[in-house]
Amino acid sequence: MTTVISTPTTPGAISATKKKPSGGGGIGRYLLVRFLLIFPTIFILVSMVFWLMRTTGDPITAALGGRLGPDQLAERIHAAGYDRPILIQYVEYLGQIFTGNFGTTLSTNRPVSEVLLTYGAATAELAFYSLLVAFIVGIPLGMVAAYWRDKSPDAFLRIFAILCYATPVFFAGLLFKLVFAVWLKVLPVAGRASTGSELQMQVLPNKTGFYTIDALQTGNSAVLVDVLSHAVLPALALGLLTAGVFLRLVRTNVIGTLGTDYVDAARSRGVSEFRLVRKHAYRPALIPIITVIGLQIALLLGGAVLTETTFEWKGLGFMLSEFLKARDFVAVQGIVALLAVIVALSNFIVDVIAALIDPRVRY
Amino acid sequence: MTRIDSLEPDVGTAGGARKPSLLSRLPIVHQLRQSVGLQRGMLVAGLVITALFILTAIFAPVIAPYGYSQLRGDDGVFGAQQAPGGSHLLGTTVGGYDVLSRVIWGSQTALFVIVVAVLLSIFAGVFLGLVSGYFGGWLDRVLVVVCDAVYAFPSLLLAIVMSIVISGGKSNLVGGVLAAAISITVVFIPQYFRVIRAETVRIKAEAYVESARVLGASNFRIMSRHVLRNATRTLPLIFTLNSSEAILTLAGLGFLGFGIEPTAAAEWGYDLNKSLSDVTSGIWWTSLFPGLAIVLVVMGITLVGESLNDLADPRLRGRRAVGASSGLVAETSVVPGGTLDAGPGGLAGLENLPTLPLDDSEAPR
Amino acid sequence: MTETHDSPAEQQTVLRIDDLGVSFSTDAGAVRAVDGVSLSVRRGEVLAIVGESGSGKTVTAKTILGLLPETAMAQGAVILSSRDGQSSNNVIALSKQRLRQVRGTDVSMVFQEPGTALNPVYTVGWQIMEGIRAHGTVNRADARAKAIEILGRVGIPDPEVRINYYPHQFSGGQKQRVVIAMALVLEPGLIVADEPTTALDVTVQAEILDLLRRCRDEFGTAIVLITHNMGVVADLADRVAVMYQGKVVEEADASTLFNSPQNPYTQRLLAAVPYVGQGVVRAAARAEARTPEWSAQAPVVVADKLRIQYPGRLGRPGFIAVDGVSFSIRPGEVLGLVGESGSGKTTIGRAIAGLTRVTDGSLRVLGHEMNGFRERKFKHLRSDIGFVFQDPASSFNPLLTIADCVAEPLIVHGRASSPRAARARVDELLEAVQLPRAFGDRFPHELSGGQRQRASLARALALEPKLLIADEPTSALDVSVQARVLELFADLQRELGFAALFISHDLAVVDILADRIAVLYHGSLVEEGTGAQVLGAPQDPYTQRLLASLPVPDPAAQALRREDLAKLRAAG
Repeated sequence: MTTVISTPTTPGAISATKKKPSGGGGIGRYLLVRFLLIFPTIFILVSMVFWLMRTTGDPITAALGGRLGPDQLAERIHAAGYDRPILIQYVEYLGQIFTGNFGTTLSTNRPVSEVLLTYGAATAELAFYSLLVAFIVGIPLGMVAAYWRDKSPDAFLRIFAILCYATPVFFAGLLFKLVFAVWLKVLPVAGRASTGSELQMQVLPNKTGFYTIDALQTGNSAVLVDVLSHAVLPALALGLLTAGVFLRLVRTNVIGTLGTDYVDAARSRGVSEFRLVRKHAYRPALIPIITVIGLQIALLLGGAVLTETTFEWKGLGFMLSEFLKARDFVAVQGIVALLAVIVALSNFIVDVIAALIDPRVRY
Repeated sequence: MTRIDSLEPDVGTAGGARKPSLLSRLPIVHQLRQSVGLQRGMLVAGLVITALFILTAIFAPVIAPYGYSQLRGDDGVFGAQQAPGGSHLLGTTVGGYDVLSRVIWGSQTALFVIVVAVLLSIFAGVFLGLVSGYFGGWLDRVLVVVCDAVYAFPSLLLAIVMSIVISGGKSNLVGGVLAAAISITVVFIPQYFRVIRAETVRIKAEAYVESARVLGASNFRIMSRHVLRNATRTLPLIFTLNSSEAILTLAGLGFLGFGIEPTAAAEWGYDLNKSLSDVTSGIWWTSLFPGLAIVLVVMGITLVGESLNDLADPRLRGRRAVGASSGLVAETSVVPGGTLDAGPGGLAGLENLPTLPLDDSEAPR
Repeated sequence: MTETHDSPAEQQTVLRIDDLGVSFSTDAGAVRAVDGVSLSVRRGEVLAIVGESGSGKTVTAKTILGLLPETAMAQGAVILSSRDGQSSNNVIALSKQRLRQVRGTDVSMVFQEPGTALNPVYTVGWQIMEGIRAHGTVNRADARAKAIEILGRVGIPDPEVRINYYPHQFSGGQKQRVVIAMALVLEPGLIVADEPTTALDVTVQAEILDLLRRCRDEFGTAIVLITHNMGVVADLADRVAVMYQGKVVEEADASTLFNSPQNPYTQRLLAAVPYVGQGVVRAAARAEARTPEWSAQAPVVVADKLRIQYPGRLGRPGFIAVDGVSFSIRPGEVLGLVGESGSGKTTIGRAIAGLTRVTDGSLRVLGHEMNGFRERKFKHLRSDIGFVFQDPASSFNPLLTIADCVAEPLIVHGRASSPRAARARVDELLEAVQLPRAFGDRFPHELSGGQRQRASLARALALEPKLLIADEPTSALDVSVQARVLELFADLQRELGFAALFISHDLAVVDILADRIAVLYHGSLVEEGTGAQVLGAPQDPYTQRLLASLPVPDPAAQALRREDLAKLRAAG
């Protein structure tokens, strides 16, 4: 069997690769366009928040109205510049945002960017652990459900997924607290660490705000265990919500790709069923999955506000609800605008990852 | 992304024009018949829960033992944090309200918010999506960028901002319920917009729309007669999926203190917020029951929505097991019904729309 | 229909199907797709299974590999022998594990759409090597060497480099070569090829058929060829089984079947296949009947150096679909526009109907210049233009009845106030296209593809247009249905005398209807003339190749054509 099948090829056959849908440099252009798109997104969200918040009136009246006399109020408003034409304030605000200045809180009189630096790490840490839970739980189980489609494991997993995202995070949080912290007393009720641990981490020379890293820096395993045990329940509450979404997403997309010709083609070459799911169906499904996961960042951030409030996890979300209670709308506006920037950036990153995974975009 | 075209519903000349009865062509009934096994189980369970929820909401005044803002009965004040039992089956809250009554009345608030929010956002979203998708151009691009931006933003935060705008942050007004509903509306408009726009763009390229354009039919005629009705066939499905999100958003707002004051209406999220401190002291009934109510209702509606979604998607529709080799060969190509199918890919297909608006190029004209 | 084998032939049998029955469960209940099929394939033989849609041929093919979906249930026996003849298995009764071992080593498959049969996110090398390594422990280097070798043997140039390419980096024909390479790599005794050339252009089809022939001759592989195309059968098959409604109605060796078909269905099927040369007499008769003044009439459509470019994105140059094309259509004349995919034929049709903008040059439709198109100024001319679309599945609004759809042009142009008022005319039109009146009350999905294309014709002709544009109106239809629709088209054209632009990829189809034929290649018009000129004595090398690539439904004639094509290729 050494004969070479020599097929005469017409000129058209070989040069037929010429019409590639995206020519060379396609990915560079795509990424550039995608990057430039960040700016209108941020601009739209920031503008929307500004105009919406300011149609209700100035923040000082909202925060202090009723507590101060009309004269004092007017004086404060004038001092803060809220009596100028709103368009000028808007342009000024956009300029501030551009330089990374998100305003100064009324209630605590601190720059919003400083609030971010202080509390952002906590939210990032929570988001990280939640995503970890979501990935570990959601993606393999989604594949299992697709593999056992319409069988009892699938039925069980689908109900589980629906339960995950039908349960509001704060209710899941409350239940977890009730069971694990109050009744079983195996995990702490709330907060990011016990006071003792916080004191130890407070004195660190270069503390990061990420308690897990800081705890490692103390070199004290008791501190690390303490920090981690505080993170378990909030991460589970928020992570399971996202895991439910991931599970459904992976299941749907893998079932979709399992029905394609190339899976049948691989099956016809004798590839095992497990490998069909694991390699042939999952990888192509990953591209839409990643795109949708990008949109889940919004869900995660919204959920973080509720989770942090439930567990008194002192992050951005917790602060946001504190500022809401204090009716400090400058702070609220600042944090919301900041989250808009984070959302736009993270969606960009997710799209880049999706593009890099797809060879059709890469080549 | 691969797209599985469903089998061409090709009816042989022999197959008579057997029209399905009107009953079996009604949205839910049609799908109920179509479903099998697990899928039917899920759909039925969802429908039962949803029906229970709606009935509870409508008959709340009859079912609930007390009013939602009632603090005292015939025997005097209820008392705060009473354990379940006696005249208060599910106990009383920290504020001294009857938990059972608040849970029942809460369904009314939830239903009202769903109906208002979903109806408003359907009208706005469908209109914008249809116009934007059909005409394209710069208006389309702007709307897509705006809606994508809003869509990517945490809906809860947006709802918070909206409710600050609408009620000025004072949530104790009678219009609190309406304010919550409108806040949720704004969050949902982009979702309807995206779905309807995507469908419109797809349908615009279908041969029957092109055929109407070749005939010289006016844009209005094409939109109303050909595009609108075909583009909105997926609405019942998004409707159900969004209803459950509306409840969660409402509860989230309530939990953050933007809900409705207990004197105005009963709201589950608000009650959960108030029970936050109870949990630490081991008082479980104040949080458990409103929470369970949310979970149950959201789960019921989600079950219906997901079943509809799966049934609309040929890839996900449950497959009947076949018995012995049977059936007539002449029927091979008969696939009746099928009028309610969503676009290829169903809602899952719609979820996977490219998020990059510049990629949403229209068909070359 | 069971064949009796003498014992040496029995040894040589790679595949034996005994009384196979397959049922599917559908929403409408159980449906039997394959019924009592018995077939056998000998070593190194090509068995073609021919049939139209719904005949059960693809289901039969999938059964051989055990690839039926879970909704299906198979009865009977499918006995598959290994290449060395040492073992044989009944595929239907095999365990999942054994089935997996058989696939790829004893039998493999070539799919219809090479574009979807390759996983887009893995390199072709990875996919070939996966198949190798799924059957026994082979180390990476060996598997890779084997993959490179097989790619070279199926005619992929530079296999060492291209093994690292992703599927989208290959052309359609090359993808099919890769799919065949994957099927061949473990040297199975049998390849099942399910419509292996249907998705390809006719010139590429000829190459793939050559490759499949070499699989048989050089690898000694038996092939089960599933196809609806009689020309393909004549080109490749040794033996033919004709399937109709789940049953094998006739089985014979290829020359016997084509020369003296026994079963009435086979006879009908063969009679329906269009072939080049059918239209010459008809076209001549029509030309004869024309008065001398006819040529003096103003043409309905005149294209002069027509150029159409699709807009590119973000400053990228757009795709030039049509480049400097000139032609004209006179009243009552049928111009056949032929070309392969990407030739720009559909774009020209759409431009005439005002659906695509003209970039440069001139296109005059009924005296109206389309360069600088304004819908408002063109609208009054629309009643004189009819359009029949390719896809019968989507050419009707699924929510309207056929009568409503056919009435639409009448209403839009004010000839009727409501669908009800238009009903009398609609009934007339339906009868003109040979559909029962009662079909007006049906919904589109209740009609078959052929019936829908007739209704589509009725809608296009409702206003008695001067010009009809038909964009591949029969390419989605079965051969026998196609023949009837083409005949109807010819009758109506004779009766109503409209001018027509008939777009198709199939020279034989165009030949039946067209007075003149224009051949497009990559956006340029390479040849134009009467059917006798273009098909009888083509001048352009592309036309020559196109014509020679078109397989004819006659094994002996096709063998001769193959030689012609080989010569053309050698010369080109």
